[in-house]
Amino acid sequence: MSIEIKNVNKRFGDFVALDNVSVSIPSGQLTALLGPSGGGKSTLLRIIAGLESAESGTVEIEGLNATKLPPQKRNVGFVFQHYAAFKHLSVARNVAFGLEIRKRPKDEIRERVNELLDLVHLRQFADRLPSQLSGGQRQRMALARALAVQPTVLLLDEPFGALDAKVRKELRDWLRRLHDEVHVTTVFVTHDQEEALEVADEIVVINEGRVEQIGSPDELYDQPANDFVMKFLGPVTQLGDRLVRPHDLHLQVGERDAEAVSGRVTRVTRIGFEIRVEVSTGDQVVTVTLNRNEFLSLGIGTGAEVQVRVAPDVPAVVRAAA
Amino acid sequence: MAKYALRLTVIAYLFFLVAWPLYLVGKNAFANGLDNITGILEDPDIVHALTLTVQVAVIAVIINTVFGVGISLLLVRYEFPGKRLLSAMLDVPLSVSPIVVGLALVLVYGGRNGWFGPALENAGFQVIFSTPGIVLATVFVALPLVIREVVPVLEEVGDEQEQAARSLGANAVQTFRRITLPSIKWGVIYGVVLSLARSLGEFGAVKVVSGNVLGQTRTATLVVEEKYLNFDKGGAYATAFLLALVAVACIITVSILRPKEDR
Repeated sequence: MSIEIKNVNKRFGDFVALDNVSVSIPSGQLTALLGPSGGGKSTLLRIIAGLESAESGTVEIEGLNATKLPPQKRNVGFVFQHYAAFKHLSVARNVAFGLEIRKRPKDEIRERVNELLDLVHLRQFADRLPSQLSGGQRQRMALARALAVQPTVLLLDEPFGALDAKVRKELRDWLRRLHDEVHVTTVFVTHDQEEALEVADEIVVINEGRVEQIGSPDELYDQPANDFVMKFLGPVTQLGDRLVRPHDLHLQVGERDAEAVSGRVTRVTRIGFEIRVEVSTGDQVVTVTLNRNEFLSLGIGTGAEVQVRVAPDVPAVVRAAA
Repeated sequence: MAKYALRLTVIAYLFFLVAWPLYLVGKNAFANGLDNITGILEDPDIVHALTLTVQVAVIAVIINTVFGVGISLLLVRYEFPGKRLLSAMLDVPLSVSPIVVGLALVLVYGGRNGWFGPALENAGFQVIFSTPGIVLATVFVALPLVIREVVPVLEEVGDEQEQAARSLGANAVQTFRRITLPSIKWGVIYGVVLSLARSLGEFGAVKVVSGNVLGQTRTATLVVEEKYLNFDKGGAYATAFLLALVAVACIITVSILRPKEDR
């Protein structure tokens, strides 16, 4: 295990940011810390980096007890949400910073900087100032800067949070491909479950200062440990006392069978390829999503009488909290 | 229309309050051609006073810059009890009359009756009626100028760049030299210029603590007063002109050099 966090507590005044958190983060993988804002995930990342100190507990990085080490001795790369570019230095000098601090020979620095700028596709901007770059370019520069010192672990705090949707998607794919090339142990914080599911090998769900669940994207999506994880990772609807994903529900017309609940269609919304049908079963409104063909073959509209049932062999079903 | 009226008011205000009186000082300094200026530059006592003023100002500015940047970092980057009180205290030198500052310093460092002065005097270190006292008074009155320029810049820059530098392996000194100082450079320079101008022109506090001994502890501003009271108006205006010239030149140079996007 690359990063071992044991019994870490952190408080800001009366606010409990981390409540006895223990996590093991595997070597060489891309791990996401996922959770709602204010849940403590950024604090945990900053404690790993040494930018915050834990009140109690230990942090071990690659077998080295780093709990008391200052950030500059931990050999971690850190990427900030708002880039933290050194505004008075050119792109190349930004990337070279860590190497200059380590007093590497000039030739080596130049070579390594060029290599990294190629990796992040910024070679032609080497002499520009960060203010002359777009947000996505600045974040790639920040990533190159963090990678330059060959960190043991790379930590990214909401790295795409300040970017617009399109650039965000591109950078996300790019980060995944970059990680497949570089293989450095990477931890990134996000509140976007889609981002975590798409990019990460392993996800740690954190809420209200506690770890809710740790697992692969498939495990978390298919076998959520509790209703919080289930609700946070994707759309959820309630049928009777069960929480289900709307796409795991089937609609049928005609004969009523024992497992189905009958209801009336109250609303039909189309979102691109997906049709969202709301069915009122009397005491609750159930949302069912279908694809276009399924919907057309049912031949229903608003006001139709239908039967709703959970599709067979659906893994993700959680009893609703009372 | 209102815009032009406002502009005109501001220009007229500045003209009658600042530009016109300053111009008249210059005009009177050169009333007899260069005679007034050469007159004071040939008087060894006045040259001594001008040199003393420059020395005191430079020392005071160096002290105020080092402590000013340090205190600014303390105020912006750290949380500690009594921070607001410290911040309020730093404005005291600006709000208290310099002559009060002078009297207060005499009470503490005065050679005969001061609280701390006799001890220092026994150790062979005279503060009041000597150059250290003049420096002390000047440092006191110009204390907040660097801080008030640097604090807002530090706040605006934030500490993320510093954290990034730390995570890249820089220690505290390297982070300060390579990241913090370049980002607050213009704030520091502007603060230095303002305190230099203020230090050159300090009068009240210096008058009390210096003893005003001709050729020893008399500074340029004290020369101006002395000459003016002794009906040597030409000499007074010439000295005043030199003082104003240096201060105005500093401020103009910096406002020209300062990059526009930095504010």
